[in-house]
Amino acid sequence: MAVRTMPKEDLKTDAEQIPLLEARDLYVQFGRQQVLRNINLAVPRGQTLAVIGESGCGKTVMMKTMIGLVKPSRGEVLFDGQRLDQLNEQELTRQRIRYGFVFQQAALFDSMTIAQNVAFPLQQHDHKSDAEIRKIVLQRLSEVGLPESVAAKKPAELSGGMRKRVGLARALVLNPELVLYDEPTTGLDPIMSDVINELILRTRQSNPVTSIVVTHDMNTARKVADRVVMLYPLARLGPDDSQVLFDGPPEELDDTPDPRVTQFIHGEAGERLMEMREMANGALD
Amino acid sequence: MASDSKHPPLSSRPPGALVNGIANLGEVIILRVAAIGDWAIFSLSTFAWMVRRWPSRGTLLPNFYQIGVLSLPVVALTGTFIGMVLAEQSYAQFRFFHLETRLGGVINVSLLRELGPVLAATMLAGRVGSAMAAELGTMRVTEQIDALESMGANPIHYLVVPRFLGCLFLIPTLTVMADFMGMIGGAFYSIYRLGVDSHHYWSNSQQMVREFDLFAGVFKSLFFGAAIALVSCHRGFHCDPGAEGVGRAATSAFVHSFVLILVLDLLLGIILNAIYYYLWPEGASVI
Repeated sequence: MAVRTMPKEDLKTDAEQIPLLEARDLYVQFGRQQVLRNINLAVPRGQTLAVIGESGCGKTVMMKTMIGLVKPSRGEVLFDGQRLDQLNEQELTRQRIRYGFVFQQAALFDSMTIAQNVAFPLQQHDHKSDAEIRKIVLQRLSEVGLPESVAAKKPAELSGGMRKRVGLARALVLNPELVLYDEPTTGLDPIMSDVINELILRTRQSNPVTSIVVTHDMNTARKVADRVVMLYPLARLGPDDSQVLFDGPPEELDDTPDPRVTQFIHGEAGERLMEMREMANGALD
Repeated sequence: MASDSKHPPLSSRPPGALVNGIANLGEVIILRVAAIGDWAIFSLSTFAWMVRRWPSRGTLLPNFYQIGVLSLPVVALTGTFIGMVLAEQSYAQFRFFHLETRLGGVINVSLLRELGPVLAATMLAGRVGSAMAAELGTMRVTEQIDALESMGANPIHYLVVPRFLGCLFLIPTLTVMADFMGMIGGAFYSIYRLGVDSHHYWSNSQQMVREFDLFAGVFKSLFFGAAIALVSCHRGFHCDPGAEGVGRAATSAFVHSFVLILVLDLLLGIILNAIYYYLWPEGASVI
């Protein structure tokens, strides 16, 4: 019986066609509070996706769920075609080496120096000598514009912008395929915010990475993203409304007819203050 | 009957305070049972990681230093004072029965079996347990634990196992230190302050104190150390957000550890006494 062998080119195309990260029918609930409802999202390889939305709409929870840091109440997450909930501890660890996470407040280990922080993933997973690790650490720090002199400092001795850049250096030290940025520019001055945006762009140019950027900074979303997804808080939606208000390229954001998207991208309060006062008064009654 | 007509039938009444009270009580019980179950899973996971992969020297030594070496002075100091307080409080009673020379035996047996291990465990829970809960709680709040996990390092293996081993291995040393300093403090106070004859003090101690007393104290301390580490690390891992959450985690780590130490002390005391009387039916132990 003849067995049909697939040509190499076809195989490559198939592998490339599988999204690197995919959420299917995703629900997340903490106690009685539902945060995410019926999220379906596929992130193809090489894409930079910006997830925007107001505070508390579930952006960070969605990102943490998509890499297995938060367990979904329902639905599934696939990383490179593999369901995360079906992986054992060792397989999950192997997959986690393939992505880097830049946390909102950098999440550097207080008890370690900057060099030790950046070296941490290498020491955990890469059996390199101390000299090699030191060389890589200094190179990574230099790539994010930090001098060798910061290597011996503790995170508390650095400014917010420097800590964010150390967080980025640490996330990139294992050359990940997927980089996740949680509010990368929050709390930074406009110049430092743009420095971080430039670093995100350069990271993408120098390595073929897929990126997810959770932000409410429209400058960041417009500058770095190929695609923008906007989430809306469930508390403000009806039971049958979709939580994803917008999914498309950033250029189409201005043409969307949805007033909730327009309000967000232009940063207009609208009737929101009145609504909040009414809710507060209702709670008091 | 006019008053009856004012009240609707029972079935149509809205749930009253009693029903709400029962519902609230039920919710509290469910949450408590879930918390105990969560703690049990956390503890089993710690044991599993301990067997699966031993922590590196780099993570073990700083914890051993923090838990053992830095706790020694405070345990030694409190042990000394407990020995002296025991002497001061017991002396009048023993003098009344002309049994002052027995003071050494009673002080030393009390220290070895009960006060030494409980005191060392209490100091460890207060000094190290609260600090562990606060440190891990801060790491939770500032997403450092998430960061560990995202980099493929298991937080229980990296953070809990070294602390658990530190408490488990070093609490016997702290207990022996508390015992030793308590004995020195008690003897010093009895002989030099209360004027008890030194020869009789020590010879009575030698008669009354058995090796089993020292073993019982050290054996119990192992359980206390394990309980302190597991309770404190669990509190830190499940810390509520903000400075208030971290403070609450540190306080509850000490309170829960202390209660557990006392419960374990009673249970282990009963078991060890049963073993003692089984092995030595003549039961020569004082306590």
